[in-house]
Amino acid sequence: MLNFIIRRVAVAIPTLIILLIASFWLMQTAPGGPFTSERPLPPQVLANIEAKYGLDQPILKQLWDYVIGIITQFDFGPSYKYKDRSVNDIIAQGFPVTLTYGIISFVIAIVVGGILGMSAAIRQNSMLDYFAVGVTIGAQVLPNFVMAPILILIFTLWLGWLPGGGWNGGQWQYLVMPVIALSTSYMASIARLTRSSMLEVLRSNFIRTARAKGLPDRTIIWRHALKPSLLPVISYLGPAFVGMVTGSFIIDSIFGTGGIGYFYVNSAFNRDYAVMMGLTILLGSMTIMFNMVVDILYAWIDPKIRL
Amino acid sequence: MNVSIKAALLSSAFALASPALAAGTHPVTGETLADDQTFTYRVLDEHTSVDPQIVEDVSGSEIVRDLFEGLYNQDEKGNLVPGVALSYETNDDKTVYTFALRPEAKWSDGTPVTAGDFVFAWQRLADPATASEYQWYVEIMGLKNGAAVSAGDMPVEELGVKAIDDHTLEVTLEQSLPYFAKTTTHTSTFPAPKWAIEKHGSDWIKPENIVVNGAYKLTEHVANERLVRERNEMYWDNDNTIIDKVVSLVINDENVALTRYKAGELDRTEIPAGQYPSLKETNPDEVTVFPRLCSYYYTINVSDNAPEFLKDVRVRQALSYAINRDIITEKVLQGGQTAAYTFTPAATAGFEVPAVDYSTWSQDERNAKATELMSAAGYDKSNPLDITLIYNTSEAHKKVALAVSQMWKQNLGVNVTLENQEWKTFLNTRGEQNYEVARAGWCGDYNEASTFLDLVQSGSGYNDAKYANEEVDKLLADAKTMDDPQPNYTKVEEMIAADMPIIPIYHYAGNYMIQTDLKNWPVENVEQNWYSKNLYKVAE
Repeated sequence: MLNFIIRRVAVAIPTLIILLIASFWLMQTAPGGPFTSERPLPPQVLANIEAKYGLDQPILKQLWDYVIGIITQFDFGPSYKYKDRSVNDIIAQGFPVTLTYGIISFVIAIVVGGILGMSAAIRQNSMLDYFAVGVTIGAQVLPNFVMAPILILIFTLWLGWLPGGGWNGGQWQYLVMPVIALSTSYMASIARLTRSSMLEVLRSNFIRTARAKGLPDRTIIWRHALKPSLLPVISYLGPAFVGMVTGSFIIDSIFGTGGIGYFYVNSAFNRDYAVMMGLTILLGSMTIMFNMVVDILYAWIDPKIRL
Repeated sequence: MNVSIKAALLSSAFALASPALAAGTHPVTGETLADDQTFTYRVLDEHTSVDPQIVEDVSGSEIVRDLFEGLYNQDEKGNLVPGVALSYETNDDKTVYTFALRPEAKWSDGTPVTAGDFVFAWQRLADPATASEYQWYVEIMGLKNGAAVSAGDMPVEELGVKAIDDHTLEVTLEQSLPYFAKTTTHTSTFPAPKWAIEKHGSDWIKPENIVVNGAYKLTEHVANERLVRERNEMYWDNDNTIIDKVVSLVINDENVALTRYKAGELDRTEIPAGQYPSLKETNPDEVTVFPRLCSYYYTINVSDNAPEFLKDVRVRQALSYAINRDIITEKVLQGGQTAAYTFTPAATAGFEVPAVDYSTWSQDERNAKATELMSAAGYDKSNPLDITLIYNTSEAHKKVALAVSQMWKQNLGVNVTLENQEWKTFLNTRGEQNYEVARAGWCGDYNEASTFLDLVQSGSGYNDAKYANEEVDKLLADAKTMDDPQPNYTKVEEMIAADMPIIPIYHYAGNYMIQTDLKNWPVENVEQNWYSKNLYKVAE
């Protein structure tokens, strides 16, 4: 197992470097730059600014300085657009926000989705099953950019129960709607995955054997059926987690939560190179890390898988 | 007991009984003020900076006008009112301006505001090391040696600004500039606290470090979520300020912002595109529309590498005449915009809109003339012209482009290819003249016609049409030093109408939903330079 982890980390580093170079190159080839604007700056002004940020240097030198800055000082550079802040500031302020509602959504999606899927599978073709399937199909087809404004309409304007947006240090009232909007479709996917894989497992030979032995239902489900039926769900969790932590552009822009999702997408439009690079590295490392965690979980659940 | 004492006693007794009166009444209008004087408004996007010499966006400038105060402010109509300056004197040829500063003005840490703070700020603006995007503003102001200092050829001390004493600021200009005092309402000319900047470096604008001289202090900032400013007790006019707290919330989605406005979370928000007619029906007291100093136009590539047909003035005129501006403003946009036949909006101070010939015709006459010109140029419905029109990706621009392409097709048989591009790509394409016809918009930097007309100067960096006309250049250069430049502006507008390098389409309107308890929004200030200290909320 240790060997496996070391091997995965060893692969992760070159992957990150390739990601870094590729995104740096893509960014540089996009037309326009961070200071292209409706009112083009006089050449003199542009030259001052480029000198200040080192953008007048050759591309390779810029990349080198950037990498050295990260390694020696953990400095991800300045934001060219939000001049009062550095990339470190943006991550320090936005990432905890994203992480908070991302993790809560993740946990809720797993718990609610898992329970819903399992109960539906155990009582297949019951009212509960139809209900669960109906709800999950509904939740899956309702995208969060549609659901979010509807939530605000209902809970803020009509009922007046919840504030319509903002973060306010992450008080629960401010968390409810972002979490619902973000977790619902994941919850639905998890429920459907759990249901179908559980159904498959419940029909397999070893479960039939267990039933024939006269084991109580509870033991069959918790001890024998649960673990194998979680396999497809777990392979879905890695991307789902990263999706919840990074896919927050909609949440940030509709609820004004101030997470990094909005900064990430906008940094590309603004050609805010350093912000985009910094967030790419952050989210890239998270993706790599969570895929690794999923692989380890996999091996733990299914000993047939050799690491 | 005399009547006024009785009234005072009565009202104070009343105040004890009724909390609504506790906050008092407005000193001028006598309206009863609300207890909670918090003004909350929506901003589309996070501001770029709150550093006066660095800020470059509208929402950032709005914050800076609350936090800092320059020599002059604007009143509700856009007229100059004293800020840190009490008055100024100028020499006969208007090249030297001497400002007398208010002795009681203080920074939020108690330090007096001095002429030296302005000298420092203006030098900082011009200094290449600051790398301000508004560095060119020192040349707009015409400060002596501005260009040389900006280029780094002269030390900043050579800039034409000096402190005679703590409360006297002397400004020397390159040439006569009658409207110089007007340029001092711009945020980049606001004073800066040297000691705080030297102590904290680029972190000086953080709430825990910032020192300000405006009516409000920065107390909280969560990027992309909110910014809070509260009363600055040290501000010289604090006693006359009514709003206690100002909160700007970043809400990207305008429809969500409207929902939150309706839920009472916001005092002011923008009216989402297309909702103006229905909101005017349902909430007539809250819908606020006012003209703005902005023009929407199509620019035509007339540069050397432009296609031949665009170099033909008849084609350009025909394209312009065939656009029915009234349909665009009244049917397509429906937001209070006005049809444009000149580049400079009518709302511009001291500018009289010249009656350029085609503006006086009916649309039928314009269409007939357009068809005639087009066939004279060799194009008609059997031999149609093919044109590509580019715009930056946006629903609103698309609607206008679709309407225009229909008008061109129907009236002139022109086949239009519409092409949308992502913003920066679009700017690149347009800036390098890789286009035929492109969307453009321009908002004035200051309230004077030259902020628009300078765009058609051959040397202007904003002249994406690459229009070059020596006579226009000369008229505009002469206008700079004229006491009444209107005749020159009229001629320039007439020449634009004749040569048609740009097709004016409409002048923008600002539209807000403003809660009825928020008073004194400066709708007549066309630059929309508003100051929270002039607003107030009444009890309802």
